[in-house]
Amino acid sequence: MPEQLIFAMEVTLNGLMAGVLYALVALGFVLIFKASGIFNFAQGVMALFAAMTLVGIMDGQVPFSHLINAIFGTDLHHFGWHIPALLAIVLTTGVMVGLAWCVQQFVMRHLVNQPPIILFMATIGLAYFLEGLSDLMWGSEIKNLDVGLPQGINLWIDEVTFNIFGYGFFIDNLDIVATIIAALLVVSLMAFSQYTKEGRAMRAVADDHQAALSVGISLNFIWVLVWSLAGFVALVAGIMWGTKSGVQFSLSLIALKALPVLMLGGFTSIPGAIVGGLIIGVGEQLFEFAIGAPYFGGATQNWFAYVLALIFLVFRPQGLFGEKIIERV
Amino acid sequence: MLDDSEGYVTTDGRKIGGVVMEMKNITLRFGGVVAIKDISFDIREGEIRAIIGPNGAGKSSMLNVISGFYVPQEGEVWFRGAKRPPMKPYEVARQGIARTFQNIALFEGMTVLDNVMTGRLTQMSQNIFTQALWKGKAEKEEVENREMAEKIIDFLEIQRIRKTPVSRLPYGLKKRVELARALVAEPKLLLLDEPMAGMNVEEKEDMSRFILDVNDEFGTTIALIEHDMGVVMDLSDRVVVMDYGKKIGDGTPDEVRRNQDVIDAYLGVAHD
Repeated sequence: MPEQLIFAMEVTLNGLMAGVLYALVALGFVLIFKASGIFNFAQGVMALFAAMTLVGIMDGQVPFSHLINAIFGTDLHHFGWHIPALLAIVLTTGVMVGLAWCVQQFVMRHLVNQPPIILFMATIGLAYFLEGLSDLMWGSEIKNLDVGLPQGINLWIDEVTFNIFGYGFFIDNLDIVATIIAALLVVSLMAFSQYTKEGRAMRAVADDHQAALSVGISLNFIWVLVWSLAGFVALVAGIMWGTKSGVQFSLSLIALKALPVLMLGGFTSIPGAIVGGLIIGVGEQLFEFAIGAPYFGGATQNWFAYVLALIFLVFRPQGLFGEKIIERV
Repeated sequence: MLDDSEGYVTTDGRKIGGVVMEMKNITLRFGGVVAIKDISFDIREGEIRAIIGPNGAGKSSMLNVISGFYVPQEGEVWFRGAKRPPMKPYEVARQGIARTFQNIALFEGMTVLDNVMTGRLTQMSQNIFTQALWKGKAEKEEVENREMAEKIIDFLEIQRIRKTPVSRLPYGLKKRVELARALVAEPKLLLLDEPMAGMNVEEKEDMSRFILDVNDEFGTTIALIEHDMGVVMDLSDRVVVMDYGKKIGDGTPDEVRRNQDVIDAYLGVAHD
């Protein structure tokens, strides 16, 4: 087998793994957009906030320590305990549910029936507020996140591929775990929306508010639920990205990569978010490998996704899986 | 006869019970516009009560007050012997008041069966956590809901389209699916907002038959809005007539038909 093809295969596999992470962020967007028509600009920052909170809780960091010390002249930094990862994840989930409740209660509830652009602006505000809050609560230094996920090269794949092709593929264990967790997450979200009472209510709200009210569904409750789910998805994404490249503020920028993913997959489709994420992940890696590096001098990953999305916007504005927009005349 | 708090007997021999819902001096304003002006009437158990009037008379507003979509500025709403505090529409629905909409509000992305099943949400006691813990109980509840849904689907003769996405159905069938969704909640009061609007003669006859059958078979109390006089007179036991937000008549179809104000409102009269 030609060497180029083998390299391309490795690149494709790694692209798929990267795509999973894009898909995870995009998934959070889709959940909220479907149920409330809000494009949540803060989804990426929510992932950052979740990851920082998780690290903070695990390390026993005192929240708002800088603020407290400045006001009371104390010198608090750590509680001096360490909390096991699993418990910390449960606690952080609780924090994200609390955040969802606050967002609904103090922001979105007052903006019901406003045009989408107003809601969008509100989420931009929310994004910056959350970024500031994360900074104030947990500090701005880059933190290590280790919840015990395996990392480093997968030796088994390295060995197997070496035996077949005479060249060992480099696949990170973390990427494999991320893929499995993302798959589990999507399957459970689908099962939730299909088979539970709350899921059915969620689909009803996504479809028609008036009708949902008339069958006894509380819109407020469903929206808190949806923001909580998006918060949980953000936490999972935050853990993956944080483990991979450290918990830092650039994490919130990955939200922007989710935009082209959504344009490909459609804003209303959960499978679309997944497939879109994978296409972008593979596409940008392959493009860089085959065309970008040799002809453009590299670093095409920065813009490839957006150009692809632009092309999609021209030819299929509703995305691959989005609902077709038909306006009756 | 109508003053009797114990109810009355209709011309076709059905027994009508006590008051289920009473509206007392309801006034509803939108800014400076008075949509409903000081209207009182009651709805009794087991009857088909109609609210009629020309376009813009305030009928839909009245229905929206009953179902909690509008909150009146003045007046009291009494439901099953208790004064109702201002409520959200979903709370009203959970109390047992189901409704349909003039412009049809179905879940277009779902199948007919799924749509009808959403009507059972108010009846489900299990939530996501108990569903996970007591799988058996949740399954039993799901089976019961399913049986009820199938019963209503059979009753309204929409078995053939059970699995069809609602968005593909013609108008008349959509109206029927909406009725099924409201009915499956086993409502104590069923509100129908112009159930015959936009239908052809045949569809109107079908719908009238279903409304009568529902009332007969399940004893459902029904309040409906229509502006088509003919249909309403055949269908209902008692009629409230509204015009320009005011009540101009209330009684049996025959009484209403003879009411001079009603005749004027419908045929038009020269004011001097």
